[in-house]
Amino acid sequence: MALLEVKDLHTSFFTDAGEVRAVNGVSFNLERGKVLGIVGESGSGKSVTAYSIMQILATTGKIVSGSIKYDGQELVGADEKVMKNIRGNKISIIFQDPMTSLNPTYTIGKQLMEAILLHTDRNKLQAWDRAVEMLKLVNVNEPEKRMKQYPYEFSGGMRQRVMIAMALACEPDILIADEPTTALDVTIQAGILELMKDIQKEMGMAIIMITHDLGVVAQLCDEVVVMYAGSICEQGTADEIFYNPCHEYTKGLLRSIPTTGNEGQKLQPISGTPIDLLNMPKGCAFAPRCDAAMKICIREACQRFTINENHMAACWMNVKKAADKN
Amino acid sequence: MSNQSNNGEPLIRVSHLKQYFPINTGFFKTKPLKAVDDISFDIMEGETLGLVGESGCGKTTAGRTILHLYKPTGGEVIYRGKSIKTKKDIEDFRRKATMVFQDPYSSLDPRMTVADIIGEPLDVQNLYKTKEERRERILELMDHVGLNSEHAARYAHEFSGGQRQRVGIARSLAVNPDFIVCDEPVSALDVSIQAQVINMFDELQDELGLTYLFIAHDLLVVRHISDRIAVMYLGHMVELANANEIYERPLHPYTRALISAVPVPDPIVARANQRIAMTGEIPSPLNAPPGCPFHTRCPYAKESCKEGMPELREIEKGRFVACHRIEDIG
Repeated sequence: MALLEVKDLHTSFFTDAGEVRAVNGVSFNLERGKVLGIVGESGSGKSVTAYSIMQILATTGKIVSGSIKYDGQELVGADEKVMKNIRGNKISIIFQDPMTSLNPTYTIGKQLMEAILLHTDRNKLQAWDRAVEMLKLVNVNEPEKRMKQYPYEFSGGMRQRVMIAMALACEPDILIADEPTTALDVTIQAGILELMKDIQKEMGMAIIMITHDLGVVAQLCDEVVVMYAGSICEQGTADEIFYNPCHEYTKGLLRSIPTTGNEGQKLQPISGTPIDLLNMPKGCAFAPRCDAAMKICIREACQRFTINENHMAACWMNVKKAADKN
Repeated sequence: MSNQSNNGEPLIRVSHLKQYFPINTGFFKTKPLKAVDDISFDIMEGETLGLVGESGCGKTTAGRTILHLYKPTGGEVIYRGKSIKTKKDIEDFRRKATMVFQDPYSSLDPRMTVADIIGEPLDVQNLYKTKEERRERILELMDHVGLNSEHAARYAHEFSGGQRQRVGIARSLAVNPDFIVCDEPVSALDVSIQAQVINMFDELQDELGLTYLFIAHDLLVVRHISDRIAVMYLGHMVELANANEIYERPLHPYTRALISAVPVPDPIVARANQRIAMTGEIPSPLNAPPGCPFHTRCPYAKESCKEGMPELREIEKGRFVACHRIEDIG
């Protein structure tokens, strides 16, 4: 049994302008000790998927249907008491912006100890020791001194390390990282990614890495989910996604980024603009921007199509290819 | 000025440019923050010079000081052989040099229509005689950046990030410049839109013969668009070379660390990649270390690096490096 099973998840936001279907039938499994990357543009539903798992959606947001099972336990519809025990204890999350996710009026130590005191039966003294230990783990120098400092005394990279320390203090089984390095410089980013990799190996937890940066995915992830307009368009091992992309959107993404090997050549952008979730097309959501779109793509969305045991894509091109072969 | 090429007259020559900001450190006491400290380079006509570095290294300040949006503390900018000194020089220069900003959300006035945003520089510089002429020029500019004429009467909020950045680019093209400072023009855009805008910069350059100073932190993007790349650290320029060369074979220890930190979108390369770790974090420019500014984090640093600022020297043809120990570290 997978550690986390998400099945046919639908999450919507009910706004004045109408229902925004941010997540539209997302399913994936996360195995113990694996790193799963969720890639997509803004508005693709990658963060909303994570917030649905944690049930920390904005008040207008609601899980409409589907199931999220953590270690066999159903979380959709579970009451707040259950979720309180899950959040921070079993599943932790770190956010993109380390500048705003810490409270500026409390010391780092107090904020670190909060989670430990809430979720474990350690007393204050033990919690302090645990917090210092966690700061050591994320390579913060002079942790005892740092515990008494306020967030403004920390640089961006250091704050993100504190966030990671906080998220890991209760040894969760799953760490969700929502664009954890987007606001940081590449040199700092490399350090944070290495740290996450090391800790993951040491503690054996699973990570869901949400990012728009394919470079980060290549570096860290075992499995990749590519999302577009609230749905998964392709899913597979990192090698399959990078070297054998089978959805036109994934192919387009890989063609449109500058990388080693295509310097000097023109980039091949994906045409058009990102989708408006209030006006979703009937067929494949990517069809209006897809150069290879066929008639059926506009009429009907493609279901998951298995390429091989490690790879699936929701693109009619694969169905056509398979039919041509036979 | 060792790092300035001799073949042909450069479009822009930056010479010993300095930009210090006074910081209040106490009652009537100030201390200079040396955001840009003595940088010199040439930009040739039709070239794209990439400017990279970590946040706080002074790359944005350098771009703004070159355009005289800040009054330089020292040094000069020479445009087509003429030093920019007087108010009149600056006004003339602004007709030839413009800027594209990072954030397409905050750099466009939400109360102005797209036509007025693009037309504003025309108004300021008196570049038309009749209303008709103004309108024609605006439509021509919109066409350049791939916007429809029907977009002219709309407001910025009706556009996506990529389209907004197109509006920003059209505005910067309005005065018919030959030099544009692009300050992180694609970092706020989605990956699938970035490529569209990058290609547009390329096409506009071919069409209009533009020269760019392209400031960005995404090294893969900078490498793609630039002919040469300059690397800045704590207000100083530490390396300047051909874009591919600097990427394939960085020489300065800082450049080496910076390039090895770039996440390459290729799992096999990423697994094989050995990162050169830097110790510590970038020091505050208010307390810049003495001697080589990088010695506090440099894996090759020696006692002698703490004395004397290394000069930007030509190590090989067209390759400039500011490092005391470049000959020793191989």
